[in-house]
Amino acid sequence: MRRFIEKIGREFLYLLENIGRMGFFFSTTLVTILKPPYTPYPVVRQIYFIGARSVIVILVTGLFTGMVLGLQGYHNLKKFGSEELLGSAVALSLIQELGPVLTALMVIGRAGSAICAEIGIMRNSEQIDALECMAIDPYKFLIAPKFIAALISLPALTFIFNVLGILGGYLAGVVFLDIASGAYFQGMYDSVEWADIRLCFIKSMIFGVLIVWIASFKGYFLHLNRTGVFGAEGVSRVTTDAVVLASVTILVWDYLIGSLILS
Amino acid sequence: MNKMNLEMIVGLFMLAGFASFSYIAIKMGDLSLFNEESYPVSARFISISGLKEGAAVELAGVKVGTVSGIELDGGEYEAVVQLDINKQVRLQEDSIASIRTSGIIGDRFIKLTPGGSEDYLGAGDEIAETESSISLEELVSKYIFKSE
Repeated sequence: MRRFIEKIGREFLYLLENIGRMGFFFSTTLVTILKPPYTPYPVVRQIYFIGARSVIVILVTGLFTGMVLGLQGYHNLKKFGSEELLGSAVALSLIQELGPVLTALMVIGRAGSAICAEIGIMRNSEQIDALECMAIDPYKFLIAPKFIAALISLPALTFIFNVLGILGGYLAGVVFLDIASGAYFQGMYDSVEWADIRLCFIKSMIFGVLIVWIASFKGYFLHLNRTGVFGAEGVSRVTTDAVVLASVTILVWDYLIGSLILS
Repeated sequence: MNKMNLEMIVGLFMLAGFASFSYIAIKMGDLSLFNEESYPVSARFISISGLKEGAAVELAGVKVGTVSGIELDGGEYEAVVQLDINKQVRLQEDSIASIRTSGIIGDRFIKLTPGGSEDYLGAGDEIAETESSISLEELVSKYIFKSE
């Protein structure tokens, strides 16, 4: 009995400690970003890594998401005889939900895991300690460029995803099935409003920060891992943790942002 | 990967992102960069239920403007709707503005019917003749209670 209560206490303390450490990590990064010197080149390299290298994945997933939406939407709307609503259905679901979320999930898989593993290995092989010895701020050198890059890359990727999705819906609905192309595009232009686009933009920026925050946090504090497993196994474990936690967080935050802004 | 090449790819990526954003923002968000010339006209309605800002104003089925603002005139208990009409479209003084629905469950829009007057409406003028929105429920209830 006593051990059981102790276990609950231990878990709770660990949780608190972790939340505090995440907050500290985030605020330190923010302060570091604002502090000079500003070095643009590392940011460009991170945009290349997080953003530009993800474009192919985003193109393919965006196109096929749009095609699936077009196909399913067509068959469902046909039951009510309102196929001309397909354009607005595809565009609204892409811009409000699927675009930001699927882009974020793809970026987690492609870049989030890599960021976590990279920083984890640097921590493991004491490269971060070496940086500190040389009086190089690891937050400035490693973490800050990734934050800024994600903040810039995610909206860009999300809008590329949206455009490709709309193109996919056009392919499936207009080219392969028999919806008039005017109905598809006009319905889309009429139903999507500026508020939806703003929502998409805000979501994608928040997701970008969340991804890099969780991934780099997990890697950076690899040595404080509770299981006490370091080395290659430790890196693999925190990377898995980071990907799972980031994916779940994205979906939870998707709902939270949506309910906050739509209400 | 040398430095030039990397910058090139990042530049292309950012351009693609910006192009996608502007396509969506301009085409769908009604973000008009090239502000079309228009003039404001107002109209009073007894009820505008269902009409929203940004709704279309149509003349003979062609979109000629948008609803730019909706206010309540507290003294008269009437709704005052501001319309932005295209500069090219001239409206007669006795034009009729009526609120209609596209389809049964579609959006509300304002339908303009041209009049026969020789005088035209200028900026800031008011359309005198209006028809309020038709509520299906009110019609049904009128019919039910009359028959009792």
